[in-house]
Amino acid sequence: MSTALHNLVNQPYKHGFVTDIETEVVPKGLSEAVIRLISKKKSEPEWLLEFRLSAYRHWLTMEEPAWANVSYPKIDFQDIIYFAQPKPKKQLASMDEVDPELRRTFEKLGVPLHEQKMMTGVAVDVIFDSVSVTTTYKAKLAEVGIIFCSFSEAVHEYPELVKQYLGSVVPSGDNFYAALNSAVFTDGSFCFIPKGTKCPMDLSTYFRINTEGSGQFERTLIIAEEGSSVCYLEGCTAPQFDTNQLHAAVVELVALDNADIKYSTVQNWYAGDENGKGGIFNFVTKRGLCKGVNSKISWTQVETGSAITWKYPSCVLLGDNSIGEFYSVALTNHMQQADTGTKMIHVGKNTRSKIIAKGISAGRSNNSYRGLVKVGSRATGARNYSQCDSMLIGDRCVANTFPTIDVQNTTATIEHEASTSKIGEDQMFFFAQRGIGSEEAISMIINGFCKDVFVHLPMEFAVEATKLLGLKLEGSVG
Amino acid sequence: MINKGSKILLEVKNLRAEIAGVAGVAGIEILKGVDLTVRAGEVHAIMGINGSGKSTFSKVLAGHPDYTVTGGKAVFEGKDLFSLAPEERARAGIFLAFQYPVEIPGVSNSALLRLAYNTMQTERGLEELDPLEFDDLIQEKIKVVEMDPSFLGRSVNEGFSGGEKKRNEILQMAVLEPKLAILDETDSGLDIDALRIVAKGVNSLLSSDNAVVMVTHYQRLLNYIVPDYVHVMDGGRIVRTGGKELALELEARGYDWLRAAA
Repeated sequence: MSTALHNLVNQPYKHGFVTDIETEVVPKGLSEAVIRLISKKKSEPEWLLEFRLSAYRHWLTMEEPAWANVSYPKIDFQDIIYFAQPKPKKQLASMDEVDPELRRTFEKLGVPLHEQKMMTGVAVDVIFDSVSVTTTYKAKLAEVGIIFCSFSEAVHEYPELVKQYLGSVVPSGDNFYAALNSAVFTDGSFCFIPKGTKCPMDLSTYFRINTEGSGQFERTLIIAEEGSSVCYLEGCTAPQFDTNQLHAAVVELVALDNADIKYSTVQNWYAGDENGKGGIFNFVTKRGLCKGVNSKISWTQVETGSAITWKYPSCVLLGDNSIGEFYSVALTNHMQQADTGTKMIHVGKNTRSKIIAKGISAGRSNNSYRGLVKVGSRATGARNYSQCDSMLIGDRCVANTFPTIDVQNTTATIEHEASTSKIGEDQMFFFAQRGIGSEEAISMIINGFCKDVFVHLPMEFAVEATKLLGLKLEGSVG
Repeated sequence: MINKGSKILLEVKNLRAEIAGVAGVAGIEILKGVDLTVRAGEVHAIMGINGSGKSTFSKVLAGHPDYTVTGGKAVFEGKDLFSLAPEERARAGIFLAFQYPVEIPGVSNSALLRLAYNTMQTERGLEELDPLEFDDLIQEKIKVVEMDPSFLGRSVNEGFSGGEKKRNEILQMAVLEPKLAILDETDSGLDIDALRIVAKGVNSLLSSDNAVVMVTHYQRLLNYIVPDYVHVMDGGRIVRTGGKELALELEARGYDWLRAAA
């Protein structure tokens, strides 16, 4: 690797700072007592405490999954802080009362909390460690009947909706990490789009883990009623610590008849250093239920930043003619490991799904695509198209593809395409010899490779994603 | 044919270079004192057996990272070539047509050509072209190498035949209009029709302001692109320089007589 390129690789992670803010934490460790304490701190209703406790009891009987193509030292679940929140000076009456230190943090991250300052017209819910700090544009959205607030608030303000849908897509005992999340989740975003409403602006949640040793267990629940549509964006960063931090979120989406949900993520947690020290363990369960006829759920993700990614945003296509989509770019560099992909479960008739997965591996990283396309016996006329492309940069990284296809209906049409390509010193020299420098060359290669996915990102995200990938990859070639 | 009066483009003196060593193994010296002077308007052919250093010489001039210059100098239009990064040499007007053109998946031929062209325009202080203007230009250039316009939309060299890749190299040369084009075994692996097209393309680009250095094994190419000078390389040095008749002599007698003489 040439020196100039090498220096570029080692650019520091720019979101790696820690905010010095007084934080209230529940002592490390997990027990029924801790769960009761969390529930009490959040003044939760009895049914929610029961939901947590039953999940916890189930979790105790479960084994940590070992089938993913990743390896890491055993996690000590008693060594994690399950609840951390910035100490409020007093009850917040408006956004202007947000702790200035916190506000500075998010300004530094490029997430403005001030509605007036927001040029982009995106409503943002901001999650700092365990709690939601603020939700912008709430009033404006309420005018059209849209609820967009923190999960805790929803529990108090809209308990019936939460009770009806919580765990309806990802049951509390679904898998090890979903069960853990169900037991200890602290906050997250809640979004409800009423019948026939097209959400007038993009909704966005920004997640930030700040406290060392704390886990983040947020829960997102989005419900799109009949004929409604919403575009939702999620962004994440974390400070740079030598220890690993656990992020085990659950995202549930419900689309009723003719509803349309588009969920986009640009994930840039701290990935650990080049030797694999520190970084976020991102063990996330994301699932959408196309419950109604003609409903559509589309996942777009750009995964760049975790030490380990274990994540399969999925669609259950229950309603007839419903559509599931998954567009993904997963980039791993240095010692990162990713085992990510999707599940498309076809239940209803004439359901369609599309998977475009792009894996980019650099450094000594390990990048796996794992996918399941399942067509049930009643899913007459189901169709799936999958495309999995891997790009290897350098000669010490690994790319794997584990597609599973399970078809129980003879009328189904399933297509799967895959390719592997390699970018090395020769390609970079070729670009240089045509007068094109390494930064532009990488950006061109990445854009070319990922364009099928980037076109599905909202414009601003697409620009950010391109820059982010370029930054993450500079110097990894050659 | 000897352009004594014309401007010197490239002057290489006693150039020594080695292929970079790996993991503690010392590098191996390949070029052991190469001298070459190229003037505007000239065509040079460099011939020699496998391993004589011909391809290394062309890559070293272009700045390939596998090689380290250990001695001597190369001056290109008054500039110390070895103080320039590979992309700066390209922008200064040095073009290398690769022996084995690489595939760039996902990057279309036209996007690459436009970026490269506009980089060069900026370097020359000229206006960049937008995609539509560039399309007009490229539709003309593509005729030089008799390529189907559908190649422009395809990923660079991906799925191209050997001959198509070489023609694509000449297309890039036609677009970039270099001052010094180095053709590294551009003729190898070409059938006679493709060779004719490539040669026609190169000839149409030749002028009194630029120069071509061709690295080749075969006299065949020189029937189509007629050199002013033929150099024979052996053991990392140029051991004989002559006119185009030297190539014919090599074709008839082989290289051994020169090697013995050297």
